[in-house]
Amino acid sequence: MSGEAVVRVEGVRVERDGRLVLEGITFEVAPGAFVGVIGPNGAGKTTLLRAILGLVPLAAGRIEVLGRPSAERASRGNGIGYVPQRHAFPPDFPANALDVVRLGRLHQRDGRRRERLAAEEALARVGIAALARRPVGRLSGGEQRRVTLAQALCASSKLLILDEPTVGLDLPAEQEFYALVRRLQDELGLSVIAVSHDLLALAGEADHLVCINRRMHIHGQPEHVIHSHALREAYSCEFDFLAGEIAHHERHASEAKRNEAERGSS
Amino acid sequence: MFEHAFMQRALAAALGIGVVCGALGFFVVLRRLAFVGVGISHAAIGGVALGLLLGVPPLLAGGVFGVGVALGISTLGRRSRLGQDTVIGVFFSGAMALGLALASAGRGGQQDLFAYLFGNVLAIGPAELAWLLVLALVVAGGLVATFRAQLFLAFDEELASAYGHPVGALDALLLVLLALTVVIGVRLVGVLLVEALLVVPAATAALWATHYRARLALSVGLGAAACAAGLALAWQLDLAVGATVALVAVAGFFASLALRRS
Repeated sequence: MSGEAVVRVEGVRVERDGRLVLEGITFEVAPGAFVGVIGPNGAGKTTLLRAILGLVPLAAGRIEVLGRPSAERASRGNGIGYVPQRHAFPPDFPANALDVVRLGRLHQRDGRRRERLAAEEALARVGIAALARRPVGRLSGGEQRRVTLAQALCASSKLLILDEPTVGLDLPAEQEFYALVRRLQDELGLSVIAVSHDLLALAGEADHLVCINRRMHIHGQPEHVIHSHALREAYSCEFDFLAGEIAHHERHASEAKRNEAERGSS
Repeated sequence: MFEHAFMQRALAAALGIGVVCGALGFFVVLRRLAFVGVGISHAAIGGVALGLLLGVPPLLAGGVFGVGVALGISTLGRRSRLGQDTVIGVFFSGAMALGLALASAGRGGQQDLFAYLFGNVLAIGPAELAWLLVLALVVAGGLVATFRAQLFLAFDEELASAYGHPVGALDALLLVLLALTVVIGVRLVGVLLVEALLVVPAATAALWATHYRARLALSVGLGAAACAAGLALAWQLDLAVGATVALVAVAGFFASLALRRS
């Protein structure tokens, strides 16, 4: 494995209440790479992300994030921006978008002024600076997703971890979201790990796919993974139609990226 | 009425209690901890009865009991599969049953226990007032020191944990502060009605304010106002202070509800 990997996952095994949840998971994330984690429902995708974040104990193996073991609580959150799986903010939560984004940097204790400036910059980067003073519970689903992304950016500019970031969004909003992530990646040199049940969306966006179903079935470039027998084995179904679907998805995604690039440069 | 020294002490205690209950009530309502408040306050009865039986200051014993129950609820509620509400039900009924059993044994001083069940702020002495205000400052200090981390916890516990915030310790601290607030509030409204001060001012504030700073300030103001107005009204109408304070707070809530809907 290369020495400069942002995330290194080696032989990870996770058990919950004596039940095996994950085993034999090994992969790494290179600087600036977009890694998609795919697998059927109940495959352990979210557990894998939580293990990378140091939120679940490992029964075996090790995970290093930015050169430090993920299990160290003191290093938790350092350099990582996390967008958890979420359907909506609590509608009556008494805070505005700026407050919520600022919370992402609270653990860094670098002063309220710096915290506010970082939060304002993050909101501007995701294109919702004008919504900074709006109550978060009153924002639309797409706007709330941008707030969580801004919060993650405010926390870190090295590694983004996204858990089902587009769940509940329609296709144009989903493609806009991924185009935004791609633009931020280019601007900030971020590494990204994203989990999604939406195989099509991730296959169209990621540089590298990791397919798991409790154990790791295959990892590699999307076109290699999509056509592999191991993918069918992991999902227990046929995926021959995917090649055509992905080409269709990519056409729409590149259109969204063009729009996002124009928005970013304006 | 406030020319009497005992009324001045009662007013000082009422204002201190109203401020602290209003501040902590902000999180009780935000994190939907109302049942935790009921559990801790009723559990404190066991401690008060034990204190009366053993000759230990009842509020000290009630406080130790309340803090113990708060830590038990926090720890077991997180580790067991039962769910926090079930754990509260077990602690709440067990501790309250202990209190009533000790009182019924005849050595717990039933009349004294009633004073803690329903409150007796007019009998507060200078030393006790000083202790209450010190305790109120401790609770306020704990809240100020951890306020935004607690806000983050209320927003998303897993996210707060992912960013390295000690969510278990923060949760336990909030429940301990809640237990101390119950001990403070018992002197004014009693164990049975302290929940009114923990929930109603903050719930009323939530009807009016959408931002946490305004909501917190309003909750604190309404808590203090309900306590002071309830005390004055009880004096004028010769009513029980605790019940009058709770009724004033509840009346404010329903008036706000009506105004917000109109």
